[in-house]
Amino acid sequence: MTVSDFDDYRPAEPPRRRKRGGKRRRAGGGEGRGEVPVVPEAEFTSYYGRPVVKPPPWGDPIAVYLFLGGVAGGSALLGVGGQMTGKPILCRNSRLAALAAIGVGAVALVEDLGRPERFLNMLRTIKPTSPMSLGSWILTAFSAGAGVSAVSEIDRMTGSRLPLGPLRRLLRGLEGPAGVEAAVFAAPLSAYTAVLLSDTANPTWNAAREDLPFVFVSSASLAAAGLAMITTPVKETGPARALAVLGVAGELIATRFMEKNMDPVAAEPLHLDGPGRMLAWSERLAIAGGIGALVGGRHRLTAAISGAVLLGASALTRFGILRAGIRSAENPRYTIEPQKNRLAARRRAGIIHDSITTTE
Amino acid sequence: MNRLTESPDHFRHTGHPRKGFFTDTSICIGCKACEVACKEWNRNPHDSEYELLESSYDNTGSLGADTWRHVAFIEQDREQIGRARESGRALVSLGMPSVGPPGQDQASNLAGADTTPPDTPDFRWLMSSDVCKHCTNAGCLDVCPTGALFRTEHGTVVVQDDVCNGCGTCVAGCPFGVIERRRDGTAGPKTERDFTPGEQAPTHNVGVAQKCTLCYDRIVDGQTPACAQTCPTTSIKYGEREDMVATARERVAELHAQGLTEARLYGANDSDGVGGTGSVFLLLDEPEVYGLPPDPRVPTADLPRMFKRAGIAAAGMLAAATAAFLAGGRA
Repeated sequence: MTVSDFDDYRPAEPPRRRKRGGKRRRAGGGEGRGEVPVVPEAEFTSYYGRPVVKPPPWGDPIAVYLFLGGVAGGSALLGVGGQMTGKPILCRNSRLAALAAIGVGAVALVEDLGRPERFLNMLRTIKPTSPMSLGSWILTAFSAGAGVSAVSEIDRMTGSRLPLGPLRRLLRGLEGPAGVEAAVFAAPLSAYTAVLLSDTANPTWNAAREDLPFVFVSSASLAAAGLAMITTPVKETGPARALAVLGVAGELIATRFMEKNMDPVAAEPLHLDGPGRMLAWSERLAIAGGIGALVGGRHRLTAAISGAVLLGASALTRFGILRAGIRSAENPRYTIEPQKNRLAARRRAGIIHDSITTTE
Repeated sequence: MNRLTESPDHFRHTGHPRKGFFTDTSICIGCKACEVACKEWNRNPHDSEYELLESSYDNTGSLGADTWRHVAFIEQDREQIGRARESGRALVSLGMPSVGPPGQDQASNLAGADTTPPDTPDFRWLMSSDVCKHCTNAGCLDVCPTGALFRTEHGTVVVQDDVCNGCGTCVAGCPFGVIERRRDGTAGPKTERDFTPGEQAPTHNVGVAQKCTLCYDRIVDGQTPACAQTCPTTSIKYGEREDMVATARERVAELHAQGLTEARLYGANDSDGVGGTGSVFLLLDEPEVYGLPPDPRVPTADLPRMFKRAGIAAAGMLAAATAAFLAGGRA
């Protein structure tokens, strides 16, 4: 429609989208799969394909923290084990690993805040409904123990040259109990991050809530064991190798259960695109590292390579899960379809009192 | 709801009634005055440099850190109108719960009324002003680790922007995708109310989670929130939540009596996944058409179960480490 001569200067209008095309996405299958849908397309409407829920503003530093927090937790357990069974090198290396991992992890966590200078506000209150709040306290308690025991190791390694004065005797006395204290918070530190992700409206993380903690503790175990296999001579890494194998087995089983228990639509991002490839490779690396630890763990070089492979597997798991969740929030289909299905299922079962949509 | 989850019941002793909105989308004309008034009053930065979304007359897109009111705009054809009417009729025939006082069964009233639908128009425009729901069980509030999000004496959910450290957990915790962390903006001080008109003002609260406060600073003074005050058609109504729900019920019954079975309420049911919302809506199609979730559920509803599973997993990790030292120690 031209109402003025100047309208000729306007660029040509883009071809109009089919009216429903904009509001409807093809259901079933992901982008770039080229499959012919066998099942008729599910009824699925959205507001111009825009997301319903928002992905959290969590970037790679959070994935790094998920990974390093797990490494720290597993290392503290190996450290206390070495402490109790008389494996001084394993104990020392694991304590140092725990402090280094939790130190870098905490920095990554603070770095990802919108207002990093206010990070201490995390300890402003204790809130049982907030996994982030409980996690901050777990992280603080863990760091205290891991810090004391690791500083004591550093002091011993440097030939008691740290300027500690009379505090040295106190430090030596505290290192054992501190190692145990860190170990008490080690497993919660490795598991709470799963609750942190699942206790959200994010379709994929929330659907994984039953089994994600098991995936995360397994991933933490195999990563810490892998790190010990790199840093420690083979004569003391027997427990680390066993933990690596248990971790790999645990992760493989837990991942299977997780995907079985998830809503099939919400589970899709775990197999699609970048995150899907990461998780697939994570599984392959975990199997390879586990076999390496089991078969060649007594050979120093094989053990170190297997350890590195296991660390890579754990890092890929964390990045994959984090990014898959963020992808799932960006596509409204993963929010709307599972919700519509569960609402319809409840209605079929005769439960009609709890819908947010009412007619009177 | 489990005992962990917070709800406005804890605040009943304040002596203030719970406040809320009722947004009647059937009389919204999509003028976006609410968006403008909200931005003006709260001094929110604009969202983009005049970006056109090329999907409809809505170029705002969605609620977010800088947009606390968002007017959705949907154009529908005859077929879609028919479907909306049909899905509404299916809802009515389900015998959806009447949450109001028993004895006033509107469904039976409807049976006597003339429910012949009016002539189906060839197309229609749906316009709906979306806003923070101020949920009874608020996901954002529950997962906030710092206590920056709190329940006010009016039963609303507000961020203390001097406490929030921008961790972003609330962004993921909101089932409606309302709250967001402010990245940067191009305008807007609240601290300096006497800014110079026409001059670029510095952005405030960067890196902090931001959302609708139900104009907390206005309602403590007995004023109406900016959006409701400016709405020219009274599509946005503000008042005590109980009154809002009652008004909404009357209105939907009225529309049903006219044969407009597509009309339905959103958020008026206190037994839903978020315990009912403080902002109640009257919609003319399925919620997802407006970009609203069809069955939202506060994530903390399942939190005790999640803690239990995590506890088992942590115990399993300890057991695995013990087993590893028992097995590996011998080797």
